[in-house]
Amino acid sequence: MKHTISVTVENKFGVLARVSGLFSSRGYNIDSLAVGETNNPLVSRMTIVVHGDDRVLDQVIKQLNKLVDVIEVFDMPDGTYVARELCLVKVKSTTGARSEILEVANVFRAKVIDIGHKALTIQITGTEEKVEAFIKLMEPYGIIELIRTGKVAMAREMNSDS
Amino acid sequence: MKLSGSDIFIECLRKEGVEVIFGYPGGQIMPIFDKMYDAKDIRFVLTRHEQGAAHAADGYARATGKTGVVVATSGPGATNLVTGIANAYMDSIPMVAFTGQVPMALIGTDAFQEADITGITRPITKHNFLVSETSKMADIISQAFYIASTGRPGPVVVDIPKDVSVNTSDFHWPKKQHIPLGYSIPKAAAPEQIQAVAEAIRISHKPYIYAGGGIIISGAENELLRFAERINAPVTTTLMGLGGFPASHPYWVGMPGMHGTYTANMAFTECDLVIAVGARFDDRVTGKLTEFAPNARIIHIDMDPAAIAKNVDVDIPVVGDAKAILTQLLEVVDERKRNGWNEHIETLKRERPVFYEDKKGTLMPQYVVEQIYEATKGEAIITTEVGQNQMWAALYYKFDKPRQFISSGGLGTMGYGFPAAIGAQIGRPDATVFDIAGDGSIQMNIQELATAVQYKVPVKVAIINNRYLGMVRQWQELFFNKRYSGTDIECQPDFVKLAEAYGAHGIRVERPEEVRAAIEKALEIPGPVLLDFRVDREANVWPMVAPGEPIYKMMEGHEL
Repeated sequence: MKHTISVTVENKFGVLARVSGLFSSRGYNIDSLAVGETNNPLVSRMTIVVHGDDRVLDQVIKQLNKLVDVIEVFDMPDGTYVARELCLVKVKSTTGARSEILEVANVFRAKVIDIGHKALTIQITGTEEKVEAFIKLMEPYGIIELIRTGKVAMAREMNSDS
Repeated sequence: MKLSGSDIFIECLRKEGVEVIFGYPGGQIMPIFDKMYDAKDIRFVLTRHEQGAAHAADGYARATGKTGVVVATSGPGATNLVTGIANAYMDSIPMVAFTGQVPMALIGTDAFQEADITGITRPITKHNFLVSETSKMADIISQAFYIASTGRPGPVVVDIPKDVSVNTSDFHWPKKQHIPLGYSIPKAAAPEQIQAVAEAIRISHKPYIYAGGGIIISGAENELLRFAERINAPVTTTLMGLGGFPASHPYWVGMPGMHGTYTANMAFTECDLVIAVGARFDDRVTGKLTEFAPNARIIHIDMDPAAIAKNVDVDIPVVGDAKAILTQLLEVVDERKRNGWNEHIETLKRERPVFYEDKKGTLMPQYVVEQIYEATKGEAIITTEVGQNQMWAALYYKFDKPRQFISSGGLGTMGYGFPAAIGAQIGRPDATVFDIAGDGSIQMNIQELATAVQYKVPVKVAIINNRYLGMVRQWQELFFNKRYSGTDIECQPDFVKLAEAYGAHGIRVERPEEVRAAIEKALEIPGPVLLDFRVDREANVWPMVAPGEPIYKMMEGHEL
């Protein structure tokens, strides 16, 4: 099963290796990992997406909690968090296709961030599903290059009146 | 006043109350060794190999309960510590390992004797540090000792680049312990959990206590004894838990698992409640998991949340220190009356004891251990190597006190016992320390004879010499059609002459009637003694559960 794990860590060298080592030593491939500083520069936050056997993941999460540099770990259940990722797609754009591509981008509220004679570079932000749908639509035009940040996730505010 | 990193290092060790450092010098650690030369209040023990130093620090820690300290140089010095660090990690032993490192500016350049030791030891340490600036030295060392010795203990590596040990900085010992943000130690358990345990015990007809090394780490032996007597439950202690409950107590049923006693394994199979305290359901204990304790609810008390439900499903998890939790339980748990379960277990214990076939006129390994037990009145500290020697020591020496049995449980490191014995003896100078060794294992760190002789460490080594790598040979006999691939080590040194060459004493024993006198003689000699017991070549460790089988399927004491 797919898990989205949020990990807050001390912002120090070696922490990323400690965290990723716990997955790699058990033969797990990390689907995506996004990391950056929080509003407190001493603390960084990671969003790790990984899939696999629940028992083993449960063990990995407990081991993550044991790491001295790890402050907090949340395995976020579906529906309890909001998540976004960013993706850059460089797509071939012959003169004929260009307007079509721009139209699709418009519908997805994607932005063109670079434009050349033969290619457009488009930035799209959103949920994994939205990004994937957009990529599918770009495929027929010919994707030259693509990069995804992996998702960043944050727990929803759970108000009693919501 | 500004101090050099090396001076700060010495001051920090003083603040931590370090009495002994085991180690080995080399280029990048020389500034620190230079200061150690003047620090007459901190004893330095030079081993003859860094692995020996790590195991000696580990043996010192196990015998005393204090944190063991080892110092080595960069590169090969550091990598030679790796087995010793992994060994301490698997058995939760408090240890701080200091390594020299090439100067900061050279890190990552494949400099002479450079190794990324923080990278190498990441999965085998509780935590590790690279001291990147002299000003951080004191804070890091204080954190290292704190992390190593608290919670579930373990080894911590502190890697010190040469320039960091030479540069100067103000010395500030932290007034208040700096605890990393993500580090916490479980204290008392929630009252509901304690009540749940008490209730499970109240409704149980066949409770069974399974106690591990956590009892010894926590110093919970008195609480465990009171608890067992309160609920009148039989008690098994794991290899790591030996001595955590008195072997002479009528409730003790021996060690469980692959080479456990019949009673200990059947009690798991028949009980309706397992109360695990400071034990981790290791595969060598549980055997085939699907048939382990099939009728029992499981209570698991452990300091480490990650140890709970790692291997078996747990009904009542309790996170906390064994001593604290048992104390909480003693406040609420009612006395449980003895019943047919107790009588059944006591009958099994009487009728199915551990035994061996005594081939007349042949020196049997089990007999040697029994005689060491008798001659030392059961009071010695016993270290072991790994293999048959270890299992015979565990089965035939009866341990009544904690910190009496020192053995590589998790990693199973051959060559551990002898340097560990040296460390244990240095920590406990008044104790009798015996290393029960195999002829294979002893050769893995035999160079430490020089250490024992140099520092007049009076350890006794009993080599159970069968000219085989005996445990592997036993498996080959049982599971590989007696094809003794790579296990015949008939070519070996004359251990008596070898001991003498190092300036120690050597005694060879070939007949059963010579055993006791030889042990008595060894005990009278004030220095290290190597006893070469030439035992039956193909004696096996019984009972035994074949790998992958359930633990109730035991092969018992008949030579095949």
